[in-house]
Amino acid sequence: MSYRIPIGPYHPALEEPYKLELVCDGETVRDAVMHIGFNFRGIEYLAERRNYLQGITLVERVCGICSNVHSLSYCQAVEQLNGSAPPERALYIRVILAELERLHSHFLWAGVAAKLIGFKTIFMACFTLREKVMDALSAISGNRVNYGMNCIGGVNRDILDPQAILNILDEMEHEITRTIIPIFLEDRTVASRCKGVGILTKEQAIAMGAVGPLARASGVPQDIRRSAPYGAYDRFEFSVPVETAGDVQARLVVHALEMVESCRILRQALSTLAEGPFHTPTPVGARYKVPAGTAISRAEAPRGEVLYQITSNGTEIPERVRVRTPTFMNMATVRFTVLGQDLADSPLIQASCDPCYSCTDR
Amino acid sequence: MNLLDRLMHRCRRKSPFLFHLNTGSCNGCDIELITCLSPRYDVEQLGIHLEGSPRHADILCITGPVTRNTLEAVKTVYAQVCEPKVVVALGSCPASCNVFAGSPVIEGPLSKHIPVDVYVPGCPPHPDAIIEGIARAAQILADRGVSEKAKGVPQK
Repeated sequence: MSYRIPIGPYHPALEEPYKLELVCDGETVRDAVMHIGFNFRGIEYLAERRNYLQGITLVERVCGICSNVHSLSYCQAVEQLNGSAPPERALYIRVILAELERLHSHFLWAGVAAKLIGFKTIFMACFTLREKVMDALSAISGNRVNYGMNCIGGVNRDILDPQAILNILDEMEHEITRTIIPIFLEDRTVASRCKGVGILTKEQAIAMGAVGPLARASGVPQDIRRSAPYGAYDRFEFSVPVETAGDVQARLVVHALEMVESCRILRQALSTLAEGPFHTPTPVGARYKVPAGTAISRAEAPRGEVLYQITSNGTEIPERVRVRTPTFMNMATVRFTVLGQDLADSPLIQASCDPCYSCTDR
Repeated sequence: MNLLDRLMHRCRRKSPFLFHLNTGSCNGCDIELITCLSPRYDVEQLGIHLEGSPRHADILCITGPVTRNTLEAVKTVYAQVCEPKVVVALGSCPASCNVFAGSPVIEGPLSKHIPVDVYVPGCPPHPDAIIEGIARAAQILADRGVSEKAKGVPQK
């Protein structure tokens, strides 16, 4: 006798509006149906009616967690179209922003995962650490969430005191290796909730086009920073953590190790910050016309690959802006990872693929 | 005011329960609201508690520009909150639709559909601003409780 449990669109277990119907047989989940679109704001429609300068502000509001990577990909695509290359220092600052954003997003994810495991102390620890990243971000950009840092041809603000950010980084790295890593890699309580739960095999991950940490936890070694380097990523040494188990624990491990790798990239970027200007001398104005053509830009967001396609018809307004976000690819996997699992584990399994519905719906 | 009324006035001001409603927000305001619960800002020491059900809440915190798909939910959830109730609009989106103004699927601003008591400006607002907005809402809630009782509006 199976029964249906409708969850959402507004439910205490969900951070964002979406609807999930679980078909259960006793305590075991037999099927899951997802309904999305509650966050649909028509951003692609709006981007095709605004000029390039307004477009940066608009795409930054696709998602409040990975806002920088959206404006970064947008600017990269327009730079491809007009054939300009941002100065070296701008590329370094973009990498620093992107890695700080990855750190704060992973802390947020780790906190939410810890809360769902039932480990509220770690939730608080993660959010305390996240505040340190927010301090660094607001010291650089002046904002905590939508940084407004990227412009076409560089960045809007310079990093005047890299040493201050390095000091914050030292404290943060110490805390990560002291608390987060041992808890997520070795703790028995966490392992008993996560080991063997919500398995996504490598074949399934490839078949559904999973991206980001979710794919890497299933043994797909795919990272845009490594496979198609953009910005200044080819100047830095870093490794891409890959796990083969494909369960929730593997995702925890991948996220935790990626935090360490982000710190490593940040340390290199901040200590070897290139000299020179941080944007091209002629800033792009409202009447700026972009040469006709199509450009595709990819970047590794905290959740996986973000793809922007911009088609210009030679006027100041883009003809087509296509946004493909990582959660859009990862969400389909939830249906397969919850199959045969306990009902009580389903919130953790859903959260472990790091869903972001404002990205998905746009 | 008799003793019970004075007690209710104080309790409503000192321990408001919040319900958070995301109406198509970009998550920016939502994570700043969650940040308020974290050790640095720690709103629970002010008696502010995030509640899972609108029927248990006094203050409705709304983020987002009200998309077409969430409009019915906004009205339903507003009706589910018991009297007296206060609505806080977090961020620029519920106040003015922000950058999404002009989109055919946006039904905002929020004040077209339900009465809003406190606006917290910003994209997104700083956690300090959110806490101040909620503190103001708690004062409005306490005063509204007294005035509604005088008018004879049934209360929870």
